Amino acid sequence: MELFLHQVLAGIATGGIYACMALAIVMIYQAIDHLNFAQGEMAMFSTFIAWQLIQWEVPYWAAFFLTLAISFAGGYLIERIILKPIQNAPILAHVALFIALFAIINSLAGFIWEYQIKTFPTPFGTHALLSGGLISAHDAGMIGVTVIMLIFLYLFFRYTRIGLAMRAAAANPESARLVGIRVGWMLALGWGMAASIGAVAGMLIAPVVFLEPNMMASILLYGFAGAVVGGLTSPGGAVVGGVLVGVIENLAGTFIPVVGHELKLSIALALIVFVLTVKPSGLFGRSVVHRV
Amino acid sequence: MTAMKTRSLSTDLLAFAGALAISLAPYWRWLMFCLVLLIAIPLPFLVKNFFIFQLTLALVYAIAILGLNLLTGFNGQFSLGHSAFYAIGAYTAAILMDQYDVAYYWTLPIAGIVCFVAGFLFGLPALRLEGLYLALATFALAIAMPQILKLSPIEHWTGGVQGIVIIKPNAPFGLPLNPDQWLYFFTLAVTLVLFLCAYNLVGSRTGRAMKAIRDNSIAATAMGVNLSLYKSLTFGVSALYTGIAGALGGIVVQFVAPDSFTFGLSVALFVGLVVGGVGSIAGALFGAWFVLFVPNIAEQVSKGLAGAVYGIMLILLIYLMPSGFAGLFRLVLMRFAQAARR
Amino acid sequence: MRMHKYLISALALGLAIGAASPAAAQKKYDPGASDTEIKIGNINPYSGPASAYGTIGKTIAAYFNKVNAEGGINGRKINFISYDDGYSPPKAVEQARKLVESDEVLFIFQSLGTPSNTAIQKYMNAKQVPQLFVATGATKWGDPKNFPWTMGWQPSYQSESQIYAQYILKNHPNGKIGILYQNDDYGKDYVKGLKDGLGDKAKAMIISEQPYEVADPTIDSQIINLKASGADIFFDVTTPKFAAQAIKKSAEIGWKPVHILNQVSSSVGSVLKPAGFENAKGVLSTGYLKDATDAQWKDDAGLKNFFAFMDKYYPDGDRTNGLVGYGYSVAQTMVQVLKQCGDNLTRENVMKQAASLKNVQQDLFLPGIAINTSPADFHPLKQNQMMKFNGERWEYFGPIMTGATSS
Repeated sequence: MELFLHQVLAGIATGGIYACMALAIVMIYQAIDHLNFAQGEMAMFSTFIAWQLIQWEVPYWAAFFLTLAISFAGGYLIERIILKPIQNAPILAHVALFIALFAIINSLAGFIWEYQIKTFPTPFGTHALLSGGLISAHDAGMIGVTVIMLIFLYLFFRYTRIGLAMRAAAANPESARLVGIRVGWMLALGWGMAASIGAVAGMLIAPVVFLEPNMMASILLYGFAGAVVGGLTSPGGAVVGGVLVGVIENLAGTFIPVVGHELKLSIALALIVFVLTVKPSGLFGRSVVHRV
Repeated sequence: MTAMKTRSLSTDLLAFAGALAISLAPYWRWLMFCLVLLIAIPLPFLVKNFFIFQLTLALVYAIAILGLNLLTGFNGQFSLGHSAFYAIGAYTAAILMDQYDVAYYWTLPIAGIVCFVAGFLFGLPALRLEGLYLALATFALAIAMPQILKLSPIEHWTGGVQGIVIIKPNAPFGLPLNPDQWLYFFTLAVTLVLFLCAYNLVGSRTGRAMKAIRDNSIAATAMGVNLSLYKSLTFGVSALYTGIAGALGGIVVQFVAPDSFTFGLSVALFVGLVVGGVGSIAGALFGAWFVLFVPNIAEQVSKGLAGAVYGIMLILLIYLMPSGFAGLFRLVLMRFAQAARR
Repeated sequence: MRMHKYLISALALGLAIGAASPAAAQKKYDPGASDTEIKIGNINPYSGPASAYGTIGKTIAAYFNKVNAEGGINGRKINFISYDDGYSPPKAVEQARKLVESDEVLFIFQSLGTPSNTAIQKYMNAKQVPQLFVATGATKWGDPKNFPWTMGWQPSYQSESQIYAQYILKNHPNGKIGILYQNDDYGKDYVKGLKDGLGDKAKAMIISEQPYEVADPTIDSQIINLKASGADIFFDVTTPKFAAQAIKKSAEIGWKPVHILNQVSSSVGSVLKPAGFENAKGVLSTGYLKDATDAQWKDDAGLKNFFAFMDKYYPDGDRTNGLVGYGYSVAQTMVQVLKQCGDNLTRENVMKQAASLKNVQQDLFLPGIAINTSPADFHPLKQNQMMKFNGERWEYFGPIMTGATSS
């Protein structure tokens, strides 16, 4: 029983990481209606920028917000410069472009900062908060920041004009243009915001898993799973989904005999696929109805 | 009057070439086919063994990409999990050859059948998933496969993390070919057969049903197409193709191990699909070439930034040819036809 | 008639000269070697999940630059051709074939990774091209009977864990062991060595085995399980990133077992510093190279050579990164072998010289550790010394030990 509780708590702590990433994924999905495979790499690159700033003696919070601004600009520019030329291309070409971005960003980060792991400071401290160190102050802080971002996003999309305009631009670009929304700017804005959220995720994750160019690859995967199980249209669902994935993964690894350890990830993913077959748009997602 | 004066040898030649092209245009598919054969058959005798090995691998990837194309390009089901079927095919061949001494040519149909069943079974629950959700499910499959292959209970067969080493077959009937050349021709034959089958499939009633489902599944259902049956069947056939490719690939590389079949392979197949041209059968060849040779070129350009160079080349390609090589080809043909009509 | 006589005497003269100088032009070359250069092939992961190890390739390239700048080996320059395989076996096969058939290298040196080396082993032996000093400690590389063209270099993983087994049996005979290991060849090799070394007591002493995948973001769950199992000895078979996580997490949850860390992750700069020196205090491991950060080697000639090399040829390199010291040492061994080859640069002779290294010491080896090979012994390094981390640096203790290997 005690082990069960410990694994659940540890799962919530790790799940916090996935939830953070899942939020960034949902953000980009809401803005552009597809998934960006390079999201994780962009987050990693932003974190490296923050690390470099800190190396240059910039204080933590200054570096934090500066990185957010740089990431926003970066995401915005990527959309305007790299994605605009193919905005009318088939969706699969977009996905291939994201894959190309992934390769470029990963390679660039490795070239500039090498592959040795680096420590990244945490503003919350590392002392234990709960149950003899199972959840540290940083883990709690991470979940806290994620929830704050979640509330901010919810309010932004629901109650501001720009949020509404972004949702309209993503849902139906032609109609949005007809009512005067500048769809191009909305897309770029969406990318910028997603990049910033990704940067926050990266900066919160790095203290736990250590900073190196390949740190985000597997986290993106779990974040993706969490976002989908929670429902791609629901930011809150994404957060819940991320935490759920963390908990299930830990429990599966601990309590399923023989193959449990070796199949942790597969079991978590299998469960997700199962959830999807029962509820195809995720636990909290709205099912999208297409007009014929 | 001016028009008469501008007639010259060059314009006459151009007009002649245009007329020839137009008259041959309906047969362009056969022409391409003959051209490909003309190049492909003497090639192994002119180049080094290593290049033959690479060409054989390119053919193997072409088959795998064709499999993916049948599912994604012709049926609209987005799959990121084809590395799993490739792996199943490769391991089937390896286990049969290593543990049961089955001859290499029998492993191909068996691998195909095993993968067909696997694909069909996977396709059934996947029926309820659309677009991105299907992508996730297939993604999960691709990630899970290396883990499953390393499982200790089945290590006895799969060789666990150590993998299985396969011996390359020699040319039969004492033909004067070295193993590399023989394998090349064997693979070439298999590739041609599979490509022809794909052409026939796509042009048949089944093919039209597949494409109807892709273009508008609701309308297709309304017209009487059995959605579940065709979607699962397509999954099965797609897996069959990729499985045979996997079996061939394992024989060519002479080694199978869980690390050979990571998600990266799925990504490579997908990139090959887009570059070659979604919905184009011949495009699979171009896609395979890109996936095999461009990373090498990128590495030669810059060792430290090979990934970045690869990414940039991919982006440029997508800008220039958003519908892949096949799309560009079609565009060129269309322009030609338009110009000829004037 | 005169022409005929002239021809015969010329012929006789030629024969006489030929017979009188038997030892003169004994230069023998295989593809890849010539009067001016020696082509050496290499496969390293410069991209993909194992890209951290690309540092080894860079260090070796820098070292060969130094050798070339100083005149080369017996007057020949080294042409080091290194390709990326992204830690993928099919790619490794392709690159190996490219090196052998297209670039025509003399041999392949320090190819990295057990899966990649396994993939090319049969090919290399069939083609009779040396697969020399492979960059993996898997025990199976020292098998001259079946694979006469393949040789390892570093102390094998199993020999290392046998040393740990000896230590445990001597100092903690009633301990309970929990193992965290990477679920691949490398991890399983270490675990096997430990079990073999513990013999009959293995089953009773090892109470928990937690595998993890390279794709796992954290290993927190496994550490919690290990603590919950009640183990008081922690055998830690992880690569640098996960080793740092393991040390950090154990400290965070207040678990203080006897922590035995595998040599692969014993680097001060790459592992212990990120993990936190305070957390890493008391960790045990083995080593065979001098640590560049260790003040006791301040005046050591070997280390001075190393620093001079780093300053001039690889200034961007990180001296505290264990991989750099490793790359430097293995490159030195390679140069030694080539020097011994003299003008006979055939593949057969390269293997022969590699199998006749007697008491070879390199700049960074601990005193007392040397390379020894013979036609029946393809494990150049077999010795290790145990070391304990005192919060600042590694302190060696105990004798230089030789672990037995099962192959």
